[in-house]
Amino acid sequence: MGRRLRWRRFVSNFMLAMTGVCAGVSVLVLFLILGYLLFNGGTSINWDFFTKLPKPVGETGGGMSNAIVGSGKILLLASLFGVPIGFLGGIYLAEFSGKGTASVVRYAADLLNGVPSIVIGIFAYSLVVLPFKHFSALAGAFALGMMMIPITLRSTEEFLKSVPRMLREGAMALGASKWKTIATVIVPAAYRGILTAILLALARVAGETAPLLFTAFGNRYESHGFSQPTATLPVMIYTYAVSPYEDWHRQAWAAGLVLLGLILIINILARTILSRGIAVPRS
Amino acid sequence: MPSAGPVGGSRSFFSRLRDGDEFARLVTLVFAATVVLITAALVWELWINSVLPRQKFGLHFFVTQTWDPIMDEFGALPFIYGTLVTSVVALLISVPLGIGAAIFLAELAPPSVSDTLQFFIDLLAAVPSVIYGLLGVFTVVPLMRTVIYPLLNKPFGFLPIFKGPSYGVGFFTAGIVLAIMVIPYIISVSREVLLSVPRDQREAALALGSTRWESTWKVVVPFARTGILGSIFLALARALGETMAVTMVIGNTPKIAASLFAPGYSIAAVIANEFTEATGDLYLQSLIALGLALFLLTFILNGLARLLIVVTTQKGSGVAA
Amino acid sequence: MQASTKPELSVNIVTNVTTPAARETAAALPMRMTVSKVNFYYGTKQILFDINMGIADKRVTALIGPSGCGKSTLLRTLNRMHETVNTSRLEGEILLDSQNILAQDVTALRRRVGMVFQRPNPFPKSIFDNIAYGPRINGYKGSLADIVEKSLRNAALWEEVKDHLHKSAYELSGGQQQRLCIARALAVDPEVLLMDEPCSALDPISTAKIEELMVELKNLTTIVIVTHNMQQAARVSDFTAFLLTGQIIEFNPTPLLFTTPGDPRTEAYITGRFG
Repeated sequence: MGRRLRWRRFVSNFMLAMTGVCAGVSVLVLFLILGYLLFNGGTSINWDFFTKLPKPVGETGGGMSNAIVGSGKILLLASLFGVPIGFLGGIYLAEFSGKGTASVVRYAADLLNGVPSIVIGIFAYSLVVLPFKHFSALAGAFALGMMMIPITLRSTEEFLKSVPRMLREGAMALGASKWKTIATVIVPAAYRGILTAILLALARVAGETAPLLFTAFGNRYESHGFSQPTATLPVMIYTYAVSPYEDWHRQAWAAGLVLLGLILIINILARTILSRGIAVPRS
Repeated sequence: MPSAGPVGGSRSFFSRLRDGDEFARLVTLVFAATVVLITAALVWELWINSVLPRQKFGLHFFVTQTWDPIMDEFGALPFIYGTLVTSVVALLISVPLGIGAAIFLAELAPPSVSDTLQFFIDLLAAVPSVIYGLLGVFTVVPLMRTVIYPLLNKPFGFLPIFKGPSYGVGFFTAGIVLAIMVIPYIISVSREVLLSVPRDQREAALALGSTRWESTWKVVVPFARTGILGSIFLALARALGETMAVTMVIGNTPKIAASLFAPGYSIAAVIANEFTEATGDLYLQSLIALGLALFLLTFILNGLARLLIVVTTQKGSGVAA
Repeated sequence: MQASTKPELSVNIVTNVTTPAARETAAALPMRMTVSKVNFYYGTKQILFDINMGIADKRVTALIGPSGCGKSTLLRTLNRMHETVNTSRLEGEILLDSQNILAQDVTALRRRVGMVFQRPNPFPKSIFDNIAYGPRINGYKGSLADIVEKSLRNAALWEEVKDHLHKSAYELSGGQQQRLCIARALAVDPEVLLMDEPCSALDPISTAKIEELMVELKNLTTIVIVTHNMQQAARVSDFTAFLLTGQIIEFNPTPLLFTTPGDPRTEAYITGRFG
C-alpha cells in the first residue's frame, strides 16, 4: 500500500506541475509576440513611418501615413454606424422590450457576433460595393460597424440592467418620465461599463483585415472622402508581409507593432476602467 | 406638467407620446429591429448571391475536388478538407494545453495569480489575426522547415501524414498558428466552468482519500465536462472562420493531400485570396456559396457551444433533486 | 452506558466532565481519536481555543452549539479538511490510534477518517461508480460489485437501488443521495466517520432513516457528528460536546449532559434560551 500511495502522490505532483507549465506556456506566447514585434519592428518606427506615403514597389523607405489615416477614417465611421445601433438597441432591450422581442433581438445579435469576419465582408460587398461598382471606405466602415453592434448591444443591456432599482425608482418617484429617467439617471450610472464595451468593440474591429479585403480594398495613395478605395493598417501589414521585398517586411513589423500596441492599450485601458468602476456581476 | 392618470397602457397613445416615453420606445425599437434586419439581410444576401453554383452543381458542390476557374468547374472539397484538417490539428494541440492551463488557473493558482494570468490570456485573445499571420510567416514557417519537419519526417516519414517535402507552409503550420489563436478561448471558458463546480464535489473526493490530481481529474473535470466541451466547440468555431493567419501560412494550394506538411487551402483563405480576382458570376458566386457553408457551420457550432456552457454553469448551482 | 472491561488506549479526557462517575465511565473506554491542546486560526483570527477531547471507539460523539461556535471547524480538523483553505493554521496534536495525524500523509489519513457533508454531493456518475470511486483509487483488487453491495446494505439503501446501480446518482431523492454518500464513505472502510450536519438539508422522514442508520453504523465505525438539532444529538449520540465561541464548555455522556448539564451555559443552550 505504501508503494502505490507514493506513486499516486508522484503522479499528482507531476500532473499538477504540468498544468502549471501549460499555463506558463500560454501566457509566455503573449510576451513572445510582443517581443518579436518590438525586436523586429521597433527600429523601423520613425517619423517617416507616420507621415510618408508608401514608395513605389521595389523602392525602399516611405511610410504608411495613408493607411493610418485610412484606418482612422474607417473606424470613426464604423463607430458612428455601429455604436448608436448597439447602444439604442440595448436601451430598448433593457428598458422597453417584452420577453419575446428581447430574445429575438438577442439571438440575432449573438448570431451576428458569430459570423466569420470574411462572411461579413461578403455581405458588405454585396450591399455597398456592388451597387456602386467600386470599393470604398464606406463599405469597409459598414462591415466593421456591423461587427461592433453585438458587443455594444449586449453590454449596454447588461450594464443598464445592473443599475440598482433604487436609483430608478427614486427618479420616477420624483415625477420623471421613463425616457428622462433613462437619459439622466440610468445611462449616466452605467456609462463606465458601456464606454468600456465600446472601447473593446473598437479594439476588436481595429485589427480586422478580412472584411476590408474586398470592401475598402486598399490604396497606394491617400484617399479623399469615403467613397474611394482606402488603405488600412491591417491590410497593409498583410500585403507587405506576403510580399517578396525585405524592406516591406520591415515595415510590416513596424506596422504590426503600432497596431498591436494600440489594440493592447485600448484593451488594458478598458479593463482597468471596468475593474475600478461599477460592480460587474461576476459568476 | 406630467399628465395625471393611471400608469401604463390605459393612457392614450398621444398623451404618452407627449411625455416622450412612447417616442423613446419607438426610436429604440427601430434600432433594435435594425439588428434583426441586418442579420436577416445577411443570410438573405448570402443565399441569393450563391444561386448559380447551387443550380449548376447542387449538392455535388460539396464533394467535388476540382477547383478550376478556367473551366468553370468548382468544387468545395479541397477547402472543406483544408479547413477541417487545420482545425483538427489546432484542437489536438490547443485542447490539452488549454484544459491543463485552465485546471491550473481554477484549481491550483491562488485567486490573485489566477486573475492576473487570466488578464494576460484575455489580451492574447485580443491580438488580431493578421499579427498572428505575420508571426506565423516569419517565425513558425522557418521553425517548421528547420526544426519540426526534420524532427518528424526522418523517423516517421513512412507514415502518410508525415510524408513528403516541406516548404514551411502547409496544413501543419496553419494548425499550429490556429492552435495558438484558439487557446485563450478554451482557457477562459474552461476556467469559468471549473470555478463554478461546487466546492463540496472536490471535498468529497478528497475526503475519500484522493490525491489533489485525482480529485481534480476524476471528479471536478468530469463534473464540468459539458462546459469544457462547449469551450472546445467555441474554439472550433473560431478556428473554422479564421482567415488571415491561415491564408498567410497554409500555402494556398487547392489540393487534398494526406501529408500534414503539404500545402493546402481553407474556405476562408480561398475567399480572401480569390474574391477580388473572380471573373464571372459563377466564380464569384461559388466563393459566396463557400461563405454560406462556412456561416452555417459556425452557426451550428456556436449554438451548440452556448447550450453546453449554459447547461454546465446551471448544473453547478442546483444538483440534488 | 457500559464501561468496557479492558481499557486500551484510554486517555484522560476533558476536565469539564463534571461527575466522578461520568469521568470514570468515559475514561474507561478506548479512544479512537484524541484531540490535545488544539488551537485553530484562519489567518490571524482564532477560531478554536485549547480544545481537548477524546473520541470514543465505536461510539457516536456529537458536537453541538450555536452557529459560529466552531463545531464544524473542529470536525474538519479531524480529517485535515481545513487544509483546503490556505490561511488555516492548526496548533496542537490530534491522534488517531495514538499516531499524530498531522505528521502522516494526508491522503492515507483521509481514507481512514471519512466524511459525509451537509448537502448530499454525489459525483456525476452512476450509483455504482460513486461507491466504487474510493476503492478504485486505492487500487482495490477484489470484487467491486461486492463492496458496492456491502456498502449499500450498510447504508440501508441496497433494496431501493439494487436494480438501478447504473443509473445516475442524481436521479435519487435527497434522502437517498445522502445515504449514497454515506455508502460511498463506508466503501473505503474508514475507522472514523465524520458527519457534518448530515440531515440539515433533508426532510423529516429521510432524517429519521439516517438517524436509525447511525445507531447501526457505530458497530462498524466510530462516528463524530456535528448537529444544530439538539434532539437529534440526544437521540443518537453516546457522548456530546457543547461548544461556545470556539471552546468546549462541557463534554459528557449524552444522557448526563442533557438531563443534568454541568455548566449553566449548557443548560441555557439546551433549554433554548439562545442558539
